[in-house]
Amino acid sequence: MIKINNLHCKVEAQDGEEKPILKGLSLEVPAGEVHAIMGPNGSGKSTLSYVLTGRDGYEVTQGEMDFSGEDLAELEPEERAAKGLYLSFQYPVEIPGVPTLTFLKEALNAQRTARGEEEMSAPDFLKLAREKAKAIGVSMDMLKRPVNVGFSGGEKKRMEILQALILEPKFLILDETDSGLDIDALKTVAEGVNTLRADDRGMLVITHYQRLLDYIKPDVVHIMADGRIIKSGGPELAHELEAEGYDKYLTEVA
Amino acid sequence: MAAVKETIEDVKKLEADKYKYGFTTDVDTEVAPKGLNEGIVRYISAKKDEPEWMLEWRLDALKRFQEMAEPKWAKVDYPPIDFQDISYFAAPKAGAKYESIDDVPEEILKDFEKLGIPLKEQEVLLGVKGAAASAAEARETPKVAVDAVFDSVSVVTTFKEELAKAGVIFCSISEAMRDYPELVKQYLGSVVPTTDNYYATLNSAVFSDGSFVYVPPGVRCPMELSTYFRMNAEGTGQFERTLIIADKGAYVSYLEGCTAPMRDENQLHAAVVELIALDDAEIKYSTVQNWWPGDENGKGGVYNFVTKRGDCRGKNSKISWTQVETGSAITWKYPSCVLRGENSRGEFYSIAVTNGRQQADTGTKMIHLGKGSTSRIISKGISAGRSDQTYRGLVSVHAKAEGARNFTQCDSLLIGDQCGAHTVPYVECKTPKAVLEHEATTTKLSEDQLFYARQRGLDEEAATALLVNGFVREVLQELPMEFAVEAQQLLKVSLEGSVG
Ligand SMILES: Nc1ncnc2c1ncn2[C@@H]1O[C@H](COP(=O)(O)OP(=O)(O)OP(=O)(O)O)[C@@H](O)[C@H]1O
Ligand SMILES: [Mg+2]
Repeated sequence: MIKINNLHCKVEAQDGEEKPILKGLSLEVPAGEVHAIMGPNGSGKSTLSYVLTGRDGYEVTQGEMDFSGEDLAELEPEERAAKGLYLSFQYPVEIPGVPTLTFLKEALNAQRTARGEEEMSAPDFLKLAREKAKAIGVSMDMLKRPVNVGFSGGEKKRMEILQALILEPKFLILDETDSGLDIDALKTVAEGVNTLRADDRGMLVITHYQRLLDYIKPDVVHIMADGRIIKSGGPELAHELEAEGYDKYLTEVA
Repeated sequence: MAAVKETIEDVKKLEADKYKYGFTTDVDTEVAPKGLNEGIVRYISAKKDEPEWMLEWRLDALKRFQEMAEPKWAKVDYPPIDFQDISYFAAPKAGAKYESIDDVPEEILKDFEKLGIPLKEQEVLLGVKGAAASAAEARETPKVAVDAVFDSVSVVTTFKEELAKAGVIFCSISEAMRDYPELVKQYLGSVVPTTDNYYATLNSAVFSDGSFVYVPPGVRCPMELSTYFRMNAEGTGQFERTLIIADKGAYVSYLEGCTAPMRDENQLHAAVVELIALDDAEIKYSTVQNWWPGDENGKGGVYNFVTKRGDCRGKNSKISWTQVETGSAITWKYPSCVLRGENSRGEFYSIAVTNGRQQADTGTKMIHLGKGSTSRIISKGISAGRSDQTYRGLVSVHAKAEGARNFTQCDSLLIGDQCGAHTVPYVECKTPKAVLEHEATTTKLSEDQLFYARQRGLDEEAATALLVNGFVREVLQELPMEFAVEAQQLLKVSLEGSVG
């Protein structure tokens, strides 16, 4: 489903300096699978999520990214979204003055139009939103508030997953969705994510902690360091990491 | 919201010329010879069958004007205006005023229809189709009485009889001079004196028409009143004059819309609006200004030099200005409130958008004279392209205005890095017993927000429109429903081409 081959990427820092961050990253997530990425702070995990989704300023200098047979680099961010690529942001963005419901309805219908589907009517959309919000424990009042404005850290993460439930993407990148969630919320959110698991859907779960993976069981775990995947393995790899830290793997590469 | 969606399609359709009101109407027009002199003033006054005192008033203004110099303090830049190269009066030939809607030339009716203002009484509805549909979702479509001003004259006023039943006078100012001379004499120039400022003085000498509203004591005007100004004839200026009086305990909501054809040369627009609210009265005045802004190189466009002032003359009176300014090459406009009455209240809600080469210097003045008077200013400026925008505000609290309060919030949003935004707030306070609060922000359209919206599927233009709508939401909410939807669409169209 998603195939990344020898990906190099640099960002332009504020001082105009160019900084390489991804340095030959390869990764493949077949449809139906959930892969986890773990790695030290600053290793490039969020950068990977931005490159895949097409954020400005993240320039691919080498390598390929293929999503269901299409070259991602050729597509605008909104085209990637319409094709089913979804990012749950590590730091969800606040949009003052735009009610969450309005935002989501616009987004859903923009995606539908791009795919040549018919727009969803206002009543149908409300019904859908109500149903999904209930499933993930978000009140309708909250959906009437401006996008993420004044939401707590945990509420923002919950909202990211609610958006995924409504937009029903084909491939999800969850960037530290577990951070900021309390124990009960973690469970609800993970259950929400699990309802999206399907044979034709893939996921990339970025996390620092095993506890999320207790709920969202990955098929494969990758360890990322300095812009590369340095080791891949089964779910047990995450347990080892939790017990021993990154040192062992980092020295292995060096 | 469907409105945003529709607008995207609208914009696509309009690709060739973004400005959809840029057509001219082929109607036989009588245009006065160019030039500003006593003869022209006499000609205008005679054309309108005015009483002698009105002619004197005009001639006095002309004399004053000839002694005045053009103000230069605003942060706008344009070549000197040749006041002798403008024609000060244009009217459809068939007659200055039509007795009934059936007498209005078909071309003019069609013109207003194209603007989304069908004048046939049963279907008078402000705004475009989308507006009607969305408004209907929320509530029944209300009736709106329209005074349509085509070039220099008011061509027709709708719903007259129904309004008369309620005792409300709504007509053109020329009619008012003939039919209600006492009211006009008493109030005209009582808020904006003839010599108030350069453009107001010019207006006093040559104003052609405009609307007159009088709401008697205790009457709540049964419908929204609206004037639609349309410039059509070439080489003419438009100088309308509006006078609105809400007598004790009365209420009226008034809407103003403006469009002009695309022309290469600049057209001059210098209007004066005077509002008077007596004890316990309230006037709500909303504007959607969409005069032709000129092309992207700054050629053509309307020079909009407007004086708007409200006088809260009575205790507990209230005047509220809401404006959405998207058009004109140059805007010079400061709708203000003189808060004379005890516990009177003034409000100013503004959205100003500049794109391309547009320049806007706009803001408000709140003059607190009465005890316990309060005011609120919310200004949202959006600059894009190579435009330049200034918010200029004055809050002045006189010694007697104990307990006065003002809250000012002034936010600017920059799109791109070639535009400018400036905030110039003046504060004068002569009593220690007043509370003044001021907040101001300037932000760039956030990359983070844009990317977030695009990741969810919105293209750059739709994402920008959404963010901008969010930015101006507080002000949009102040507009009557139909206008809010129209304004939203207008914002989108105005910002087309400002990103990417
Ligand atoms: N726009 C940018 N300008 C400059 N440096 C950047 C930029 N974006 C990312 N970086 C740098 O790239 C490196 C990788 O950052 P990234 O956010 O991808 O790390 P991460 O693996 O997600 O870390 P964490 O676990 O803390 O979330 C960091 O050193 C970061 O400072
Ligand atoms: Mg990160």
